[in-house]
Amino acid sequence: MQSQTIDPAKTELNHHHTAEATVGHHEEHPDHRLFGLIVFLIAEGMIFMGLFGAYLAFRATLPAWPPEGTPELELLLPSVNTINLIASSFVMHNADTAIKKNDTRGMRTWLAITAAMGAIFLVGQVYEYTHLEFGLTTNLFASAFYVLTGFHGLHVTIGVLAIVAVLWRSRVKGHYSSEKHFGIEAAEIYWHFVDVIWIILFGLLYLL
Amino acid sequence: MTQAQLQETANIPAHGEEPPARKWQDYFGFNTDHKVIAIQYLVTTFIFYCIGGVLADLVRTELRTPEVDFVTPEVYNSLFTLHATIMIFLWIVPAGAGFANFLIPLMIGAKDMAFPRLNAVAFWMIPPAGLLLIASLVVGDAPDAGWTSYPPLSLVTGQVGEGIWIMSVLLLGTSSILGAINFLVTLLRMRIPGLGFNQLPLFCWAMFATSALTLVSTPVLAAGLILLAFDLLAGTTFFNPTGGGDPVVYQHMFWFYSHPAVYIMILPFFGAISEVIPVHSRKPIFGYKAIAYSSLAISFLGLIVWAHHMFTSGIPGWLRMFFMITTMIIAVPTGIKIFSWLATMWGGKIRLNTPMLFAMGFVGTFVIGGISGVMLAAVPFDIHVHDTYFVVAHLHYVLFGGSVLGIYAAIYHWFPKMTGRMLNEFWGKVHFALTIVGLNMAFLPMHKLGMMGMNRRVAQYDPKFTFLNEICTYGAYILAVSTFPFIINAIWSWLYGEKAGNNPWRALTLEWMTTSPPAIENFDKTPVLVTGPYDYGLEKAHEGVPLSDPNPILSAGPNSVLRAEPDPAVAANPEDRK
Repeated sequence: MQSQTIDPAKTELNHHHTAEATVGHHEEHPDHRLFGLIVFLIAEGMIFMGLFGAYLAFRATLPAWPPEGTPELELLLPSVNTINLIASSFVMHNADTAIKKNDTRGMRTWLAITAAMGAIFLVGQVYEYTHLEFGLTTNLFASAFYVLTGFHGLHVTIGVLAIVAVLWRSRVKGHYSSEKHFGIEAAEIYWHFVDVIWIILFGLLYLL
Repeated sequence: MTQAQLQETANIPAHGEEPPARKWQDYFGFNTDHKVIAIQYLVTTFIFYCIGGVLADLVRTELRTPEVDFVTPEVYNSLFTLHATIMIFLWIVPAGAGFANFLIPLMIGAKDMAFPRLNAVAFWMIPPAGLLLIASLVVGDAPDAGWTSYPPLSLVTGQVGEGIWIMSVLLLGTSSILGAINFLVTLLRMRIPGLGFNQLPLFCWAMFATSALTLVSTPVLAAGLILLAFDLLAGTTFFNPTGGGDPVVYQHMFWFYSHPAVYIMILPFFGAISEVIPVHSRKPIFGYKAIAYSSLAISFLGLIVWAHHMFTSGIPGWLRMFFMITTMIIAVPTGIKIFSWLATMWGGKIRLNTPMLFAMGFVGTFVIGGISGVMLAAVPFDIHVHDTYFVVAHLHYVLFGGSVLGIYAAIYHWFPKMTGRMLNEFWGKVHFALTIVGLNMAFLPMHKLGMMGMNRRVAQYDPKFTFLNEICTYGAYILAVSTFPFIINAIWSWLYGEKAGNNPWRALTLEWMTTSPPAIENFDKTPVLVTGPYDYGLEKAHEGVPLSDPNPILSAGPNSVLRAEPDPAVAANPEDRK
């Protein structure tokens, strides 16, 4: 008939609970942050899906794609960049493995290498931008190229900053350990996400 | 534990981080308590509702006569653009998030949302976004390309106004995405032990479906608006046909969000109505699973029907067929809900108080809006009435007759829980009567106007439409008047209203099992579930319990919960009831 009652065992537990609760608040709850990040990345992914969808729609409706007179894209540099970014995902995973063995130094090294590889990717992208023979408003393909790669580049930048933030925090001894490594895992998941988006982007813009 | 003792413990903050809101000033700051955030949401969005309503009455005043005599056509364009934008993005969508913030943690027995600080951040994006939109009126360059902002029109109207519009909508979209993440994680991870998805109150189901829909569709609008912003400000030509772009792509991206958005606007109130009707009919809900799963069906189907807004945009015939069929199929899960509510009321002991009146008004007017929706889903009919007042009538029946009446039903139902005081019944009924009369006067004649061929979004019209337009305008004035009894009632009752007690409606969902208003971490003790949320004892249902009935079994208070235990064997082990 009625829906709730109070369990004496639970009550006991709860009293114990509130006594400690004055110290920290949300830390005592189970950690939902990783799950939240994954849900957030679904939304992020949908922004890219929207942009990819628009790109494919332009491609399908225009008689010629890329529009006539668009200079050919140089493939060598972006390919190297792609390999670099994919490799960095594996490098980053080593950092996660290291911290799970409580190896802070190893973790820091692997993270530093990942951040460097991310930075190289960004430098490569800027170098490519400066050497392209078309600008943002040249034609529809050029606009789409800059907006899509630029938006991805923004995400890579955020990823690099996240890794640097984790490195900065790991200066404090014991900030990360085999039990406490949300920051590293979050940065890693984000980094893999950025990587997967790039693979789709590379296929769409350069290869298709 | 007695009532007094419970109050005593409730006032001790359980943690040192954030004090609960005790004074009205506490509602103006950054606070991470979900109940404070919920009230911030509801009050803020209601203020925007009033602003949007004033704009609507200005629009209607212009349309009272066939000539352009009240405002200039340019101002008229800004008025209806801002009216729609404010009502959709600043009132109905965030109001749903407001109720979700208040109810989800209480209904699932959690102390707070999964990410309290993120929750506050999501709320605090709304006031600046709203002020930005309203500021555009003051700087004299308000957006005036309609709430859809279709390019190429939106690219040739005022640049500043359009930029402000994009910025504001992006902010509001971000806010609702962050809210949706919070609701999803909270619902999936923070339910008390023993509370499976199949014992979840239907409002939680509805918010689950709504949040999933928000999460998937809103980012696509963001992508579209980013491209539109580039067109507007950087000179690209994604949607500008003069540079080889395709405006129809914008329409696809826009409606991929904005069609699901109508379900984002209505599903939370489907959920709220599913709570109000069984409580005030004193009967178990009819078809719990059907209502729950139909929310999911609506949110899935909602994602694949967007192009029915584009039947006249030159999309291929086979695509029109596909979208016509999927659109019509949505009427099925919606009908399942309507019939389940009617079946719940059937034979129940209905208490005709204000929340129930609004709920019944919701069902009635929503059916009219739903039926005109099915009519519009048919391609030939849609082509005939496209961009006429028939569409305006349909969307207002759904959004005013549906969402807004749903919001009012929810406010009257949960006001006692939020504030600890009852709203005045007499003024509530006055409010209801004025709203229903005004709503039907304002929007019913529009069906006829649309069929006769009166265009929407134009300040001037053929004099033969004058009479019906006058009726619409006076209806809109009545709607404006109808909010006054509500506003005064809400403020007065909050201060001096009759004390509500913990469970004035004798409801069975978890939020009524704590104090009114709930203490900072909601529950004194982790509640343990014994029966489902709608198990109103079948034999008791027909007796109907008057409000003042001191019957200890059904009366409020945590003690009664213990006394009302149905069967000790079942109570001991919540797993048994599966």
